Amino acid sequence: MSTPWEAVIGLEVHAELATRTKIFCGCPTTFGQPPNSQVCPVCAGMPGALPVLNAEAVRMAALAGMALGGIVADRSRFDRKNYFYPDLPKGYQISQLAMPIVSGGHLDLPLEEGPKRIRLIRIHLEEDAGKLVHRGSSGLAGATHSLVDLNRAGVPLIEIVSAPDLANAEEARLYLQELRLVLLTLGVNDGRLEEGSLRCDANVSVRPAGTLALGTRVEIKNLNSFKFLQKAIESEIQRQIRRIEAGEPIVQETRLWQEDKGTTVSMRSKEDAADYRYFPDPDLPDVVLDDAWRAAVSKGLPELPAARRERGVAAGLSRSEAHQLAGDPALWHLLETVVGHGTPLRDAARWLLGEGLGCLADAGLDAEAVLDRAGGFARLIELVRAKRLATPSFRKLVRDVLVHGAEPEALAHERGLWLEPDDGSSARIVDEVLRSLPDQVAQWRSGKHQVRGFLVGQVLRALKGKGDPATVGPLVDRWLETPTAD
Amino acid sequence: MPIDPEEVRHVARLARLVLDEDEVTRMSRDLGVILDHMAVLAEVPVDDVEAPVHASPLPTRLRPDIPEPSLDRDALLAGAPRVEDGMFRVPRIL
Repeated sequence: MSTPWEAVIGLEVHAELATRTKIFCGCPTTFGQPPNSQVCPVCAGMPGALPVLNAEAVRMAALAGMALGGIVADRSRFDRKNYFYPDLPKGYQISQLAMPIVSGGHLDLPLEEGPKRIRLIRIHLEEDAGKLVHRGSSGLAGATHSLVDLNRAGVPLIEIVSAPDLANAEEARLYLQELRLVLLTLGVNDGRLEEGSLRCDANVSVRPAGTLALGTRVEIKNLNSFKFLQKAIESEIQRQIRRIEAGEPIVQETRLWQEDKGTTVSMRSKEDAADYRYFPDPDLPDVVLDDAWRAAVSKGLPELPAARRERGVAAGLSRSEAHQLAGDPALWHLLETVVGHGTPLRDAARWLLGEGLGCLADAGLDAEAVLDRAGGFARLIELVRAKRLATPSFRKLVRDVLVHGAEPEALAHERGLWLEPDDGSSARIVDEVLRSLPDQVAQWRSGKHQVRGFLVGQVLRALKGKGDPATVGPLVDRWLETPTAD
Repeated sequence: MPIDPEEVRHVARLARLVLDEDEVTRMSRDLGVILDHMAVLAEVPVDDVEAPVHASPLPTRLRPDIPEPSLDRDALLAGAPRVEDGMFRVPRIL
């Protein structure tokens, strides 16, 4: 009989800020440029070069802090974190230790059964290190030598540290997904895990279920996808439980997730235990922020994903529709623009998800690329709502309107799809068509109700594409259900 | 007073320096002299003085987020002992 165990997990997320230039110098931060083409004396760590803090990095860090409910400090400070590694040209990383820019805060996980609040401890600003390319092997182990590219050195990062409030690997994945979405929505990070602009380390420990004392914690690095994050944590929890049940101790250490082995492996030995000798960076005076500055920054706070989803559901969308729309800030922006032209949120959302997205995908376009077509899309929806256009006609016109910018009214006339207000002609045609099909009508009357589809189809054919199943269907039903009609 | 040789070895390891025994002995003596010298400062009474962190009490200056030209790559790499594919070549790490 075995003890039930519970896991205690906290995440440290590093997010590169989407500034144009580095945190302490004017070098550009463009991804994928030739190695060492975006480097200057400051980010190369040359003696005598002095750092000057990027205002936009401070604004973005504060904006993230506000969105996550933290306190943006009146005074924060940069410290030097000293260690030697080839990707760190100065021999220290400029980071924040005792006085981070943001303290506290929280992130609510959107669980099916309701939100679960995960507390945040802090958000601090720091500089990214350069990138190493290993030669002679696919990784660090077995490499004959390594090459250093400093383009990434000095790119601004925020490190977001959660409290150990996550109970399993699934929650950890959801946390990272929701955090990524918040940062994307704020426009402070591009969310590209595969390019390393968003990275995640996990602290994992286990303890007997229901107890309070924390077990020995192990840090797992190299979690660069949602799938790896979840698998690595699951595997690490099982490893720790096996060790404890076998009477072996858990060593406090850093482990690396290895996808090919499906397990974590130990990364640093004990004698290398961290000793960073932090001290305040004498080159950088304190960052001092006041209420007026904070008020100006907070004006740039957009509606957050949780509020968007809530508003979507309140407007009549399903939970999954609301998640899909709020899960893509560009798509939500398009939705808001359509709504801004007078379309109710629910209609705009349904038509976007049902028809708009497919068109964009076929055309290889991002929602942001068709923002100026939102007015046409809104009018196309309005035409259906006003019954000037049949529902199937919407599908025939949507691509031209959304992708090519056609005018919906003119296009509807040109294609002969424009419906005049019903003057009773539909009812007359229903009557004519059904009278011409006595056999099928008799079948329906004898209980073969599946013949209804055929009858509706015949009426639509007679209406030559101008009929709308949504209006023709009920007319057919009424005719059939009226015994005196024939 | 010389500092503990073990302390010297620890600091050397953090700095990724290899010291032989003679160097450890010399360093523990030299670093001891420097620390003794600094210890003079510890005799100044500072009980009612708040520890200053920076020379200036003024807040940091902020820079607008506007790109400036980077160094020419050849100039950047010119001082490197070894270069390969436009990158700094460094010895095996592990």
